[in-house]
Amino acid sequence: MYYSIVLVKQVPDTANITGNVMQEDGTVNRAKLPAVFNPEDRVALEMALRVKDQFGGKITAITMGPPRASDMLRECLYMGADQAILISDRKFAGADTLATSYVLAEAVKKIGGYDFIFAGRQAIDGDTAQVGPQTGEKLHLPQITYLEEILKIDGRTVTARRKIEGGYEIVRCTLPVLVTVIKDAVEPRPFSARRVMSHKGAKSLMEIEKMAEGNSLLYVDQLVHEYESRELFIKTLTMDDLKLDPERCGVAGSPTKVYKVESVVLSGGDQEMIEPTKTGLGKLIDKLMEDHILG
Amino acid sequence: MANYFLDNSDIQFHFKRMHLQETVAIAEDDYAQSKHYKDAPVDYDDAMENYRKVFEVIGDLSANRIAPRAAEVDHEGVQWHDGAVTYAAGTRKNLEELSKADLMGMILPRKYGGLNFPFTMYMMAVEMVSRADASLMNIFGLQDIGDTIRKFGNETQRVEYLPKFCTGEHTGAMALTEPDAGSDLQAVKLQAYQNEKGQWFLRGVKRFITNGNGQVLVVLARSEPGTKDGRGLSLFACYGRDGVVVRRIENKLGIHGSPTCELQFNDTPAQLIGSRKFGLIKYVIDLMYRARMGVSAQALGISQAAYEEALMYAKDRIQFNKPIYSFPAVSNILIEMRVTLEMNRSLFYRGAQSVDRKEKLEELIEKRKEEGKSITDLVAELRQATSIAGLLTPLTKLILTESANNITYDALQIHGGTGYMKEFRVERLARDARITNIYEGTSQLQVVAAIGSVINDILRSHFEQKEAKEYLGGLSQLATCLKEIRQLFLDCLRFVVDRKDTSFQDVAAKDLVELYGYLVIGYLLLDEAESDSRKVFIANRYILGSLAQAKRNVECIKNGMYADILHADKILNG
Repeated sequence: MYYSIVLVKQVPDTANITGNVMQEDGTVNRAKLPAVFNPEDRVALEMALRVKDQFGGKITAITMGPPRASDMLRECLYMGADQAILISDRKFAGADTLATSYVLAEAVKKIGGYDFIFAGRQAIDGDTAQVGPQTGEKLHLPQITYLEEILKIDGRTVTARRKIEGGYEIVRCTLPVLVTVIKDAVEPRPFSARRVMSHKGAKSLMEIEKMAEGNSLLYVDQLVHEYESRELFIKTLTMDDLKLDPERCGVAGSPTKVYKVESVVLSGGDQEMIEPTKTGLGKLIDKLMEDHILG
Repeated sequence: MANYFLDNSDIQFHFKRMHLQETVAIAEDDYAQSKHYKDAPVDYDDAMENYRKVFEVIGDLSANRIAPRAAEVDHEGVQWHDGAVTYAAGTRKNLEELSKADLMGMILPRKYGGLNFPFTMYMMAVEMVSRADASLMNIFGLQDIGDTIRKFGNETQRVEYLPKFCTGEHTGAMALTEPDAGSDLQAVKLQAYQNEKGQWFLRGVKRFITNGNGQVLVVLARSEPGTKDGRGLSLFACYGRDGVVVRRIENKLGIHGSPTCELQFNDTPAQLIGSRKFGLIKYVIDLMYRARMGVSAQALGISQAAYEEALMYAKDRIQFNKPIYSFPAVSNILIEMRVTLEMNRSLFYRGAQSVDRKEKLEELIEKRKEEGKSITDLVAELRQATSIAGLLTPLTKLILTESANNITYDALQIHGGTGYMKEFRVERLARDARITNIYEGTSQLQVVAAIGSVINDILRSHFEQKEAKEYLGGLSQLATCLKEIRQLFLDCLRFVVDRKDTSFQDVAAKDLVELYGYLVIGYLLLDEAESDSRKVFIANRYILGSLAQAKRNVECIKNGMYADILHADKILNG
């Protein structure tokens, strides 16, 4: 039996960008893009599910995000996660990877008892690949990044293959471990129809509050209790619940500032013939270095 | 992301208009099941929400996983080696995912691991899956085999067979056809015999068995030695691993992902399903309602796929400086295809609901009997429901499978020369469509199955009610057209009956059934047009077209052209 925590993120669907989503300065108008389950995080959840299928155990999916991230957490439940937790607070807005990993690490500490933390290698919106490793670092965990396949789990030891430039390496480490997985590692399973039906009504605290707002006969506490008893409550943690340092959260805790966004338009240019000789190849490499494509 | 449920406005239209209150309430024991199962709905709206959410999953699976694999499945086909059948890699992946998504026991009860979906909703799933890969329907769409065991088997058999269907560990086959018993199943010879302990065994050969390599086979066999007709046949269940040899698989024109097997039963131990001698006359006839609807769903899925291909191609293909889509000769074909597709779907969901209602009334009657309650009120209702399903099932099968051939034909035509090439999907669709109007009863047999209801004009009061109704605006003209078609039908019916010539009746049956079909579908479309302005176009084209066709049917029946049937030998052998 192994207990896994999966770090998941809801991201704008950058794979399906249409004309009116791009702004003049070259940035993406996120509000116009549908929000989706970050593809590599879905692979991470699949990896956790396979560990559970083989050895038994439990899976908790957690995300830090706005209330609407509940949609993705329900999808985690549809795939087979046992529990989903939403970490949400207005004060988290504007967080960079440092602040995000601080919040996630504190949440993981509070949850405790885990053997694996799975995360996608990176999110398709930021492409930093930092949140997983930073979270692992704050928890003082060994980490296996760019994981392709878990080869063996034997007691408290895991052996895995990770992708490296030009090949792979096989690594072994003790549990607990933080793992980030690449897209091609495994194919995420489809939602289970039965779980879709049984968990479609799962709600986070914010969603329950919204229900209560519209109806004076409903009380939040009662509703939370009812949803909990039906195992349909998406546990919701705020900054206060986690007793976090406000200075390390959101914009305040984020040293990363976007300096400039440049719209790079790639287009075809002149052609140049390079002879397939040693000198020719040398020239090609020089040229690529000059254009900062190599090096 | 593409989604065959969310993207298909016509499926959405029908889903929203479904009236399944009665069938869902029966299936859900008046929603008492929700007390025991977390996935059971608490009321009708919750049930529809369940179905909708599950269709989103199926629509996604179909569009993004199954469809992209279909060309490869078609190319690779099924392999047979030394009696072992292997599905194409894509088919294996499809089945694995459908199983993981809990979709292999959609209509089976929850207590055996199923989803307890109404038949109509299962049919919607089959339509979407068939659009992605028609050959997959021949495995995914065989869930009614489990349902046949559920319906006619005993509890021990249900517990033994059904859970593994639901998990996808087992797939099934319905073994009816033999080399000398195709359309004429009364001629089935495969022998069923008992040993002194009462154990049944099967010995003989079955041919053209779809998915005959499946783990569980439901087999029609002759249990009464010396008999020659359908009354000597019983239904059995057995495991393929117990001495059933797949002697060969067929090399087919289409549905390459689906194995069509020749099976040899070598004293295979089997269990009797239900009562002896009822195999054909009750159980097989009953399962045909569902199987024929399943093939209709397959045809509809293929038609939808072909239409989409044709529309996309017509918009992309530039000739004479403009897309061929904008040439009236081409857009007219597309409109004809689209109207056919939508009238198909209207008939299909009406037909599926009629079968659903019949099935659920039967269940309710069984339950009432067990509880020792009165069933008198339900018996008349069931009789009427069975009569309607008895007409709509063959009518749906006839019209949808012939339409699938027409639509794929037109779709290929719109592609021009490229459509004839293997690189384009449309040639596969045309090949896949071709079997739909042959298996589970040819179109000619569907006419035979429907003609009795047509001659008895079983929908007379329904049509009279519709004729008395006032339709507004342009729809009133269409209503007048339908009245005219009905007069033409009644006139022809009298003409045919008065002739008292059975061979003439056999030939004219096709025209009569077609005439009745225009009326059934015409009124469905007229009612849809009342609530949706776009549907006025569909009703208009269909009803006006039907009136023209009806006049042709009448002419064929009355002008004596069929008289030459008496001289068939001279004409054919001259």
